[in-house]
Amino acid sequence: MIDIDNFTPLTALVGGGLIGLAAAILYAFNGRVLGASGITASALEGVVHPAAGEGLSWRVAFLVGVIIGPAVYMLMTGALPQSDYIAQDGRLVIAGLIVGLGTGLGSGCTSGHGICGLARFSKRSLAAVITFMATGFITTFVINHLVGL
Amino acid sequence: MQLIVGLVSGVIFGLGLSISGMLNPVKVSAFLDLAGAWDPSLAFVMGGGLIVNILAMLVLKKRTKPFFAERFSLPQSKVIDRPLLGGAALFGIGWALGGLCPGPAIASLAYLSGDALMFFIPMLVGLYSARFIFSKI
Repeated sequence: MIDIDNFTPLTALVGGGLIGLAAAILYAFNGRVLGASGITASALEGVVHPAAGEGLSWRVAFLVGVIIGPAVYMLMTGALPQSDYIAQDGRLVIAGLIVGLGTGLGSGCTSGHGICGLARFSKRSLAAVITFMATGFITTFVINHLVGL
Repeated sequence: MQLIVGLVSGVIFGLGLSISGMLNPVKVSAFLDLAGAWDPSLAFVMGGGLIVNILAMLVLKKRTKPFFAERFSLPQSKVIDRPLLGGAALFGIGWALGGLCPGPAIASLAYLSGDALMFFIPMLVGLYSARFIFSKI
């Protein structure tokens, strides 16, 4: 059943449009793919091994910008966006670890594969998106309806 | 100039994530819960992002290089291999367990909360560790 009360297609579409715009700007001006995991991994690499730090500054500026984003939202609306966690403590740590490992191995996440990769019709990105959507749906089914975590 | 572009793109990305609802793990989980009270909103996030980005790609098609860089840097690999599929499979599991993907995990640092750090720091550890496993699978 679709949960009509919490369905927010308009803000989702506007927010998604801004995400697409951010990706378009980064590509048009810097020639770079907007992948949150890839930019984070490369920035981390640049910090740990400064010799390999070519392109560190725009990446750090991007990451700082992403953190400023919710603050801009707060200036516009008076509050930070609603954020209620579904996981705490150990589960949250394990989830973070798996997300980092998975996006590192898979060379991308929801932004890099989901928005940028699909927009240039990359077969690798399509395969990645189908795969992470599938395991996301299955895992949620297991936790919510089989084991009730 | 690349630095300013990075900052501007980052702020728009973070604002887009904020407006879209992607920073709310409960909403992400409701999107992934097809068998429960399903909230399809996040499909519209991807739709909106794709529409704008596909249009931008069409406009940029004639350009041979970006405005502030020597070349367009795109991934070179074309093969669908084990790291890609295994990594994506793992990512989906972690996304469902925590309700956060990498972009929102970064933006969530704005809340200055322990929860945000308890996801973000392990994510960095995972991202950094991935390279050591990459060559072995």
